[in-house]
Amino acid sequence: MTHLIVKNGFVYDPMNHVDGEKMDIAVANGKIVEKVEEKKAESIEASGMIVMPGGVDIHTHIAGAEVNSGRLLRPEDHFRDVEAKTAITRSGVGYSVPSTFTTGYRYSRMGYTTIMNPSMPPLEARHTHEELNDTPMVDKASYPLLGDWWFTLEYLRDGKIKECAAHVAWIMVATKGYAIKIVNPGGLEAWGFGQNVRSIDDPVPHFNLTPKEIIRGLCKVNKLLHMPHTIHVHTNNLGKAGNYATALDTMKCVENLASGDKPIIHITHCQFSAYKGSDWRTLKSGAEEIAKYVNHHDHVTLDLGQVVFTNTTTMTADGPFQHGLYQLTSNKWVNHDVETETTGGIVPFRYRRKSYVHAIQWSIGLELALMVKNPWRIYLTTDHPNAAPFITYPQIISWLMSRKAREKTMLRINKRARHKSLLPSIEREYNLGEIATVTRAGQAKALDLKQKGHLGIGADADIAIYNMNPELVDPSKKPKTVRKAFENTAYTIKNGEIVAKDAKIAKPVNGKTFWVNPQLSSPTEVADDMKRRFREYWTIEYENYSIPESYLATSTPISVKAEV
Amino acid sequence: MPVVSKVTCPVCGSLCDDIEVVVKNNVITDVKNACAVGAAKFLDYSNRKNVKPLVRKNGKLVEVSLSEAVRKSAKILADAVYPIMYGWSSTSCEAIRVGLELAEEVGAVIDNTTTVCHGPSILSVKDVGIASSTLGQLRHRADLIIYWGCNPWSAHPRHVERYTAFSDGRFQKSTWRAYISRLGGALSKKRLRRAINLILRRDAFATPEVTHEIPYTMFQKKRKMVLIDIRRTHSADAADYFLQVEPNKDYELLQAFRMLVADEELEVDQVAGVPVKTLEEIADVMIGCELGIIFFGQGLTMTEGKLRNIDSAISLVRDLNQRTKFLIMPMRGHFNVTGANVVSTWQTGYPFAVDFSQGFPRYNPGETSVIDILCREETDAGLVIASDPVAHFPKKAAQNLVRKPLIVIDPQTTPTSLMADVVFSPAYVGIEAEGTAYRMDHVPLPLKKIVNPPSPCLSEAEILRRILQEVRRLRSKPN
Repeated sequence: MTHLIVKNGFVYDPMNHVDGEKMDIAVANGKIVEKVEEKKAESIEASGMIVMPGGVDIHTHIAGAEVNSGRLLRPEDHFRDVEAKTAITRSGVGYSVPSTFTTGYRYSRMGYTTIMNPSMPPLEARHTHEELNDTPMVDKASYPLLGDWWFTLEYLRDGKIKECAAHVAWIMVATKGYAIKIVNPGGLEAWGFGQNVRSIDDPVPHFNLTPKEIIRGLCKVNKLLHMPHTIHVHTNNLGKAGNYATALDTMKCVENLASGDKPIIHITHCQFSAYKGSDWRTLKSGAEEIAKYVNHHDHVTLDLGQVVFTNTTTMTADGPFQHGLYQLTSNKWVNHDVETETTGGIVPFRYRRKSYVHAIQWSIGLELALMVKNPWRIYLTTDHPNAAPFITYPQIISWLMSRKAREKTMLRINKRARHKSLLPSIEREYNLGEIATVTRAGQAKALDLKQKGHLGIGADADIAIYNMNPELVDPSKKPKTVRKAFENTAYTIKNGEIVAKDAKIAKPVNGKTFWVNPQLSSPTEVADDMKRRFREYWTIEYENYSIPESYLATSTPISVKAEV
Repeated sequence: MPVVSKVTCPVCGSLCDDIEVVVKNNVITDVKNACAVGAAKFLDYSNRKNVKPLVRKNGKLVEVSLSEAVRKSAKILADAVYPIMYGWSSTSCEAIRVGLELAEEVGAVIDNTTTVCHGPSILSVKDVGIASSTLGQLRHRADLIIYWGCNPWSAHPRHVERYTAFSDGRFQKSTWRAYISRLGGALSKKRLRRAINLILRRDAFATPEVTHEIPYTMFQKKRKMVLIDIRRTHSADAADYFLQVEPNKDYELLQAFRMLVADEELEVDQVAGVPVKTLEEIADVMIGCELGIIFFGQGLTMTEGKLRNIDSAISLVRDLNQRTKFLIMPMRGHFNVTGANVVSTWQTGYPFAVDFSQGFPRYNPGETSVIDILCREETDAGLVIASDPVAHFPKKAAQNLVRKPLIVIDPQTTPTSLMADVVFSPAYVGIEAEGTAYRMDHVPLPLKKIVNPPSPCLSEAEILRRILQEVRRLRSKPN
């Protein structure tokens, strides 16, 4: 392994309270170290550049059955955006749903080194991992969808939290998952017969429990298992006018389970759950109410789901929501229900500047980001590709850092939306330290990836170096320069190796796949129970359901001691 | 005797994974749980004519070493300007992954058998999407099961038993008892008719008249199965109702259903040979079901109208979803044809007919599909894996395929392998080699290695990997 030294860069490492200091970063054997012998080390001259930890994305749909159906559905998305093969890289296509190799390369060129695939139907986990094996350059993990799994529903209905926890632990290992993902709890089960739930207190058909009980139950399960991440929740009523109340109810319903200032629930792509008003005509922003709640409560983290005006593809496990979107747009529509577990849907979508609703959505995302005071509690995502493809992150960074950039976009959006937007009243502009927090440090902390998101001694040597001089460029006044700088790194370092340089891939590498291995007191008991009941639930055999560790190209289990 | 259990059957798209195989001295002696087609493959697979690779020398295929065959293949592909690589649906995803890398390396067109079976289905999905599910969802919930233009009883023999009408689910129960009693009834009826024919001296072989009367069971609130096809097949016996449609009139019938579902009036007496009254009643059953599913086969994809038929079928399902829950699924044939589409899509963005000649994936079926390329005589070399295009392609395409250097990777001796210049006999994946395959509903399953392949047979993935390595070596050499 080579030794590296990154010299004279302006380092932004919020986890270690480094905010733009000029310093050297030494790397040996893939880790950040105190110092290396300069003569032996390869030196990277980073003077006049920004040095940050490698980017971490907590929520991006990049692999699995749903994403692949999106690829299949959208040839028109691929024709205009191709990547040719080079001597070292594979070819690919895709703007909003890129092929696997292209996904890895593009993230790497943007300085991202760890990405989380947030929706994995457990039955089709093998597919997700096959695709992750073909996604180079980044470390990754997947969250299995467990909010509507029949085992979850049955155990929580019967109040058997410990049994539920043991079974969740089993499926986490069987599918090689990282966190508990909950999507429209109860609603997906109802969608099996074409129905939905309307609030967190609306009982789930045939199961006699409410979404609230599912959320609370899995939150308790998450604690019992000591999972690194909190429960990762896509709220009920997503994408409906007036749903900010549901989002608040969801956060409130676990309030009394919190202890200390540790977050226990993550509300994902919060923009889609922050709508006020009674219908699309009267839609207003609910960002203020949500930000207020988050500012006063420590148990919640959010990610944005920021809309960018472009042609993209919506894909979620929220089948009823996607059906609603299909009815709204009459566009092509994919639905994919997965037995005993979950559903999924895909609809191509274009966010237009001149649409009142879309412009309000755009505004809500930024309002949330700017009104939540603590950057450690809100993370930059676009819920790729739902609100926009991930390659638009640099543009969002420029909006966050510059009021001028926001105002410029405001001039081009729907007039009615412009008058309703709260953005003109917000003066806040992110500084580079805060950008580093919302794009890497905060997300790594929320995921409890201790080696990621910072540049302290012992951290993984995942480093992004952007060519912009913070002493010379005022991000507030030069949004275009900021955007350009964050589009491609000068250097991306992964595991101590230069993998991308000047917008080109320098060395293709395979990332690790993280998964959580909860240590149960009696794992065989659960396995036997699953084995016995398996055929009642699924159409495949117990033995063929679990994914062997050897199936993952670079398996990296994280053991946690469970309380059951 | 050692029994290997929970084996996935590498035959059809149903991918039953509960097969038990008895092995004695590296020979499969018995198979349990499999259908006749599956059992036949497990028991009779090992009738290979040759295990060693063959290369054509002076017009004859002669046995050569593995490395010589690999070298020869690599040279053919590396020298070619516009090679084609076809097949892929009866091999593992692992092999397909390497195949795609090889295709990219040599700038080939890579196409799978989708191009001649469910290609139109995929084109339609790209136009209108598809509302589908995994098979277990239907086992648990579907109360109206429609098979259209397919014959599951013969082609996917365990489909009905494992996933639809005869399977027990959480919300819907198996209807096999009703089937048995219906079968008994039908038998008595047949005997009675025979007796009457004898007495009245009627022609016993005359085809019985088609009735369009819908049995009362179709209106009961329980699970029911309908078959729509141009002829009465064995599947019709398992169905509660068989609707006979005139050949090539599926599109009319589908559109008629769409109109009826939208509460429009049909101002004709019959559509596609079926009285409108019958159609109205069936449309009502569709609207009234809790969860309906249409399975469609090549009776819909490859008859007149092709992708327009599927457009119409998917649109019917879209319309029905305004009224109830309705899904639709293609009955995929080969055991891993779905996998071929899936892997190709994640690596290139496109499910079949991918052209790498410009260094990036291009896709335009009709232009980049293998049959069209062959008919235009544009290719100068070919690789065929796990399929038999010489027997199935149009004559002109087959002629142009064998006229150019041809590599075949197939354990069976086929018309294609007999015409090839290099032949590899790989291990049978799912029996002699392991891998991954995708069921018709996109559920991935592991394929097991049960017995050792004869030496020197390697897995398809390994053969392709060696060819790829050799191609890279040839290319890195300075000319």
